[in-house]
Amino acid sequence: MRVLVGMSGGVDSSVAAALLLEQGHEVVGATLKLWGGASDSGCCSVADVDDARRVAQQLGVTHHVFSFTDDFDEHVVAPYVADHAAGRTPNPCIECNRHLKFDRFLRRATSLGFDAVATGHHARVAATPAGFELRRGADGAKDQSYVLHVLGQAQLARTLLPVGDLHKEEVRRRATALGLRTAGKPDSQDVCFITASAGRAAFLAARTGLHAAEVVDGGGAPVGRVDAVELVTVGQRRGLGVAGGTGRPRYAVAVDVPGRRVVVGEPADLLRDGVEVGPPSWVVAAPADGAAVLAQVSAHGTARPARWVSGGVVWDEPQRAVAAGQAVVLYAAADPDRCLGGAAAS
Amino acid sequence: MVYLDNAATTPLRREALEAMLPYLTERFGNPSGGHRVARAARLALDEARDEVAEVLGCGPGEVVFTGGGTEADNLAVLGVVAARGGTAVCPAAEHHAVLHAVEAVGGTVVGVGPDGSVDLEQLAAALERLDEVAVVSVMTANNELGTLSPLDEVAAVVEERAPGAALHTDAVQAAGWCDLGRLAARAQLISVAAHKLGGPKGVGCLVVRDGTPLRPVLHGGGQERDRRSGTHDVAGVVGFATALRLAAGERDEAGPRVGALRDRLLARLVDEVGGVVASVPLGRALPGHLHVRVEGCEGEALLVLLDDAGVCASAGSACASGAVEPSHVLSAMGVPRSEALTSLRLSLGRTTTEADVEVAATAVASAAARLRG
Repeated sequence: MRVLVGMSGGVDSSVAAALLLEQGHEVVGATLKLWGGASDSGCCSVADVDDARRVAQQLGVTHHVFSFTDDFDEHVVAPYVADHAAGRTPNPCIECNRHLKFDRFLRRATSLGFDAVATGHHARVAATPAGFELRRGADGAKDQSYVLHVLGQAQLARTLLPVGDLHKEEVRRRATALGLRTAGKPDSQDVCFITASAGRAAFLAARTGLHAAEVVDGGGAPVGRVDAVELVTVGQRRGLGVAGGTGRPRYAVAVDVPGRRVVVGEPADLLRDGVEVGPPSWVVAAPADGAAVLAQVSAHGTARPARWVSGGVVWDEPQRAVAAGQAVVLYAAADPDRCLGGAAAS
Repeated sequence: MVYLDNAATTPLRREALEAMLPYLTERFGNPSGGHRVARAARLALDEARDEVAEVLGCGPGEVVFTGGGTEADNLAVLGVVAARGGTAVCPAAEHHAVLHAVEAVGGTVVGVGPDGSVDLEQLAAALERLDEVAVVSVMTANNELGTLSPLDEVAAVVEERAPGAALHTDAVQAAGWCDLGRLAARAQLISVAAHKLGGPKGVGCLVVRDGTPLRPVLHGGGQERDRRSGTHDVAGVVGFATALRLAAGERDEAGPRVGALRDRLLARLVDEVGGVVASVPLGRALPGHLHVRVEGCEGEALLVLLDDAGVCASAGSACASGAVEPSHVLSAMGVPRSEALTSLRLSLGRTTTEADVEVAATAVASAAARLRG
């Protein structure tokens, strides 16, 4: 096959390219320039492009750089800012996969005559009679199926995830054995377009209003203040300006952005029977109404038993509230590695 | 392989390489020294300077060798502002070497017309409005589009509205094609780079007319009459002079020949690809430049398919990472961003053949057909 590998300049996509070559594919590498502003992590900086190019040179494959900054602004950065302004908790990696890596990039690859794209994600694609399944990566700790749950049949049919069968240590071992310069590179962290030095607050403050808010207890009595209500997430414990009066930790249990109010409470106040979600996307097909599933609500969280009822999940045991915007990703109860799809909590 | 990216750089002329080799081997001297090895290098440097001065129509003492075009542009803008005080002015479509230097001194950027060349009325208004203008920088020909600037009119505007200001012209793109002695006669400062006309990379010069105040940007041993310190790249300078002399000698023949090939290429693209529009009137552009917009085709994708077919071209603008960047030139001209991203720059050179044009036209046609689905 002719495969276009998205090379971020990290170790996973470096090894992905090497594995595809070993498997006999015709491989070309491409680095996506997604963010035009300052960056110190992720896949956007010139230093990362340099790493990707040097790895491609070492492997003897052609390397291109594609600038998708306009699409990234439109589909990832602008919604990220708007979500925060509306008091939602977005996951920009999911939107990037949905709109950039497995749409814009995939379309570009197709128009250039490639049969498939590949990335260094830790997840697996399995062809079955029912269709292409998305499965958790072999390394449970590094599994990225959560952020890939938006892939459907059209994408999976043309997607290869070569490192999904490997543990991270094995990926690094292979990179070292091949002498790839990215072998010891740390994993990327956090949101790639937000620098660690300036942080999320500065990024959002430059693009939307951030507003101070009152922090109140369940009875409505003021107990503290926060500088930016837009940055408070349900379930959050730190940074709420709440003095430990009762001696027990208190959590944000409700965030009212227009009302500039954060309600705090005890862990028990956070428990919910279920979570409602927005429009879902399914990998193969929608589960039956009432089907037993495992639902995961953060990238590296634990999947908990629940039932899918159209429009949301109902937990078998009450679980902590899920912030609006967070992805609720479903896995098959009988086959916990198989990702069914998911939706954003509403 | 068909190389149509001569605006980015040109192949080194065999004669330039041969002229350089002795200075990379046995004649390795530092021309600033006082012994025989140094003297041999000095002789080469002096002769090269005479040669460059003759072609550019200036005195040898007016030639300041630099490490390329970007340094020459920076020296012109920063050096004159430092020496004279006041500000700098340039049009928005200048090469970044000028534009960013002007911005770095807090200068003023004026608009351009629909062909990318300076808007003379805006320039006049800016010069009228600004108190102390030290230097006005207007490129001889645009690097992306090839458009020639109306330098005589620019000089007249500068003389009338800012009589004390020096006129600098970035002739990096034009030097291989134009008689700068005539075209840039009214400029006090002219930048030239060797590698755009068959010389080596990393060497060029700034012509500084006598009487133009200039402070050095690089401080050091005081070479180039205190205008540019640093040990001379003797081999580079020799290669530069050789290439410049050859380019000037073949100019009358090469210009029309390459221009005809370029016109033929456009005609074929218009016929066979369709939806192809030249970004500027070709009569106002350098003979090697063909900047077009290919409807329905992203330049970035087009370049990959052309590369697959062995055709080397450009979108006209790129960033440090190698990605295609929306062109600041087209943006200054008012071309919508979506349209600017369909840009393709095919730049022909002295080595381009009729066969190259045929191969390129066919490759663009097939790539466009594929991208348009």
